[in-house]
Amino acid sequence: MAGMSDVDLQAMSQEERAKTLGMTTEQLTGRSLFVEFDADAEERFTYPWAADVDYNKRFELDTDELSSTQVNAKMRALMEEGYGTIVIKNPRGKHGLGVGILSRLNLIYEGSLGYFAVGLIDGPNVRINGRVGWSCAENMMAGTVIIEKNAGSTFGAAIRGGDLVCRGSVGSRTGIDMKGGTIIVGGDTGALSGFMMQRGRMIVCGNAGKNLGDSMYDGNIFIGGEIKSLGVDAVTAELTDIDKSWLRRKLSLYEMLPEKGVDHFTKVVAGKQLWNYDNLEPSEKKIIL
Amino acid sequence: MCGIAGLIHRGGRSNVGMEMTSMLQALKHRGPDSTGFAVYGPPNPGDYVMRIKVAERDDVDRGHGILDRIAGRITELESRLEHSNARIKTKETVTPYALRYVINHEGETEAMAKYVEEIEGVEILSLGNGLELIKDLGDAGEVANTYNLDEFDGTHAIGHTRMATESDVDIRSAHPYWAFPYNDVSVVHNGQITNYWIMRRQMEQKGHRFMSNCDSELLAVYTAHNLTNGVTLEDSLRSSIDEIDGVFTYLVATRDQLGMAKDTMAAKPLVLYESDSLIAMASEEVAIRAILPEEIDTYDPYDEEVRVWQA
Repeated sequence: MAGMSDVDLQAMSQEERAKTLGMTTEQLTGRSLFVEFDADAEERFTYPWAADVDYNKRFELDTDELSSTQVNAKMRALMEEGYGTIVIKNPRGKHGLGVGILSRLNLIYEGSLGYFAVGLIDGPNVRINGRVGWSCAENMMAGTVIIEKNAGSTFGAAIRGGDLVCRGSVGSRTGIDMKGGTIIVGGDTGALSGFMMQRGRMIVCGNAGKNLGDSMYDGNIFIGGEIKSLGVDAVTAELTDIDKSWLRRKLSLYEMLPEKGVDHFTKVVAGKQLWNYDNLEPSEKKIIL
Repeated sequence: MCGIAGLIHRGGRSNVGMEMTSMLQALKHRGPDSTGFAVYGPPNPGDYVMRIKVAERDDVDRGHGILDRIAGRITELESRLEHSNARIKTKETVTPYALRYVINHEGETEAMAKYVEEIEGVEILSLGNGLELIKDLGDAGEVANTYNLDEFDGTHAIGHTRMATESDVDIRSAHPYWAFPYNDVSVVHNGQITNYWIMRRQMEQKGHRFMSNCDSELLAVYTAHNLTNGVTLEDSLRSSIDEIDGVFTYLVATRDQLGMAKDTMAAKPLVLYESDSLIAMASEEVAIRAILPEEIDTYDPYDEEVRVWQA
């Protein structure tokens, strides 16, 4: 985007801005998907409209009497004022808190959240000192999310990047349709975890429910406990030294490395024997791989 | 979508009417069409509480001459109770279409219930020593206010906020369902049952009655059928996971128990809190937080999970 200033970008509509930044270059033509990149584009690691926050500037927000919409609006206002560390008190299971944060931020929740917590985020570091409901961090792009207690179903659905960590157990369909990033679960996960997984890695220190990795295209799942059953086209694979090294490093990072190490983990990958796997058009195969 | 909730106090009593109202009000966004409560007070052997509906609310709002017909139905109802050797101890007209009777009756109540329900427009919502089943259009606050639920002292309760999908917005399609004719058993459900018609025909062939076309009623009838045949609540919940197709999470309450079952796909939500004195569960955590504001540990039950708790 040579010659394009932040002022110019901010003056654009959201659609124009997305296209100019190369975020929306996908065009569907028939059954094929083309992705075009602008070779002249400057590297850009933050969104031009992202607030410039200071991690040392801290605000505690009591949300007991506020709706989800009010909480999210207040958080955005605080970020505009430069607050880089926001502590949310008394969230009381409210839904949709902290969604769509596209800039760096230290966000701490003192309590449990409801559905769709911190979904669609790109960059913040989030700690939830409680539990989360269904679909936590759905479509997360980057950042870290750490949940200190349990999480509900569809944990990390369709995430594309970042680290999503739950120290407790999670519900069913964890990492469904995940396209990147890492999901780490300290306890157990429910049925159909990794369903239609396309990329990324999932680590579950405890047990996994039935149909693990059902119809997964790619990616790796590591299970520390028992697997009730594998899903369609999911197969076990050799746990390599590189896998072990990565597991040790990743689990240590969040102080979740089991006392007995990682040698006992089972690795699950796609068998790639689905009837249509090799029948895809070359362009589709490229996208999937 | 629908929202379900349940709570049971272990070895104690509380204002379960107010607690369930708070939980269901927090779930209002999951279903604004109707709200229902099944609350369990201390059992009163020999005396039965009968909650009864003598018309739909819409009938009262729009029906020509409906009040005269309702008066006729009530007269006939009380006559039939008398012929069934039931003595009316108290009578409360809560709304023009909903009444609460306390009756004294010896022996089986099934014949009496069937005799009463033969009256056109009359449906027994619940009959039991401890159970009182209240359901109406509107949110939890409105229904609780209309039926004076704020001071209901009891051991356990289940409740439901309904988003009508495959059947009408009326009281007959609202939850909970009483497991007719099994006294003191009620059911709430979130989900869709896909073999409803097959199962319904099987149950009808066995002599069970259905009052609505709502698939959730099947769970009440199914539970009643099993309990009548000596199956325990826990075994009934377990067998339902194999025999009933679809996606569902449902709660069953009996005189002194509360049970839950989740289908094989775990596709419908339930969040559970368990302590030594209280078990609370709901479609969403926000409902549990409505009665337990302090920080607590909760979890999602897994697929095919069945639990039963004793009051």
